[in-house]
Amino acid sequence: MAGKPKLYYFDGRGKMESVRWLLAAAGVEFEEEFLETREQYEKLLQGGSLLFQQVPMVEIDGMKMVQTRAILNYIAGKYNLYGKDLKERALIDMYVGGTDDLMGFILMFPFLSAEDKEKQRAVIVQKATSRYFPAYEKILKDHGQDFLVGNNFSWADVHLLEAILMVEEKKSDVLSGFPQLQAFKARISNIPTIKKFLEPGSQRKPVPDDKYVETVRRVLCMYYDVKAN
Amino acid sequence: MSGKAKLHYFNGRGRMETIRWLLAAAGVEFEECFLETKDDLKKLRKEGSLLFQQLPMVEIDGMKMVQTRAILNYIAMKYNLYGKDLKERALIDMYVEGIIDLNELLMVYVFQPADKKEQHFANMVDKATNRYFPVYEKVLKDHGQDFLVGNQFSRADVQLLETLLMAEECKPDILAKFPLLQSFKARISNIPTIKKFLQPGSQRKPPTDEKDVPKVMNIFY
Repeated sequence: MAGKPKLYYFDGRGKMESVRWLLAAAGVEFEEEFLETREQYEKLLQGGSLLFQQVPMVEIDGMKMVQTRAILNYIAGKYNLYGKDLKERALIDMYVGGTDDLMGFILMFPFLSAEDKEKQRAVIVQKATSRYFPAYEKILKDHGQDFLVGNNFSWADVHLLEAILMVEEKKSDVLSGFPQLQAFKARISNIPTIKKFLEPGSQRKPVPDDKYVETVRRVLCMYYDVKAN
Repeated sequence: MSGKAKLHYFNGRGRMETIRWLLAAAGVEFEECFLETKDDLKKLRKEGSLLFQQLPMVEIDGMKMVQTRAILNYIAMKYNLYGKDLKERALIDMYVEGIIDLNELLMVYVFQPADKKEQHFANMVDKATNRYFPVYEKVLKDHGQDFLVGNQFSRADVQLLETLLMAEECKPDILAKFPLLQSFKARISNIPTIKKFLQPGSQRKPPTDEKDVPKVMNIFY
């Protein structure tokens, strides 16, 4: 047994992508088992591996962890990416909450109809540029430090970079009004573990496509129409 | 300035209720500033008090905290309701996130349009009784202890009690098949700080009534 964390999810981003980012940022090697068929999923269910019958699920340190937030909290805590005290944790939790909400607008995007996709693209860009990016731009401007919290690399930095890149995939010049975020993006992308994760051949997943959507629908028997939030 | 935590929200449950529960369970006194109109929200936004322009917001220990999870995490840690180590925190987080998912279903029920209410109700009851309650029933059965995690009172117990009571408000016999959750409910309700919060006159809020829905929608949308 490898002892490495093992991720159970589809071969695609979804809710597991933030976990991949955080493990990679922490320099932690991990394995993945990709759900391709309904049978695989039912086997996991019957085996009692999924506490609430859902994925993501991560086998780590003898636990079968579920609930994305719980998994991320654990990894951040374990690998010292969660600040040095209660107050820094509070800031990190606030910032991560924001980027989580922002990425939430993108999560269902691949499942939307073509028409709804165009509408949602506009929503994503509007929320990013009027609500979320200005908040992080100001934080960086106000303290003038390299990292969001406590002058130290943390989960908040990883999560923000992930969110920035995802929004840029929807509109490539979305950072044009945000010089601090542009510099932040370049800086964090250059951190060795992150740089490695951003290179081809890493376990980072590409933008979800129709094949991914099909796989998710098939495995979860999720055939209803998905509407934007 | 009193030094007490100050909650900014509308005069109702919503996403602030879990925070009220946790503060009350920890025996922490707090003040509340109720928003009545859209202008109240605009004012808070304009003065830069809301990091992402949203509520809940809690003034606590010199911070203007937003994001419900961040606020709950901070309170839980500060008042020792978050387990004794990383592994206990992991369990608490898993249990709490499941409760939050169920809570979300219960919370949005009153806001559903009339033609969606019945389906939503059925989904709520199905998820509560087939996905979530069995998990917590089994956790309690397997270790036979009074509390969900680490044989010690934690936020997981508080949040589960809150949700059990909300579920019962929707369907009074919803716990019929869950004897351990019934005794859990009785046990946790009897903890002095919780007992006090459950009494009339506390800062616990009643369920949002259908007639209040337009007012709430108007503040936030």
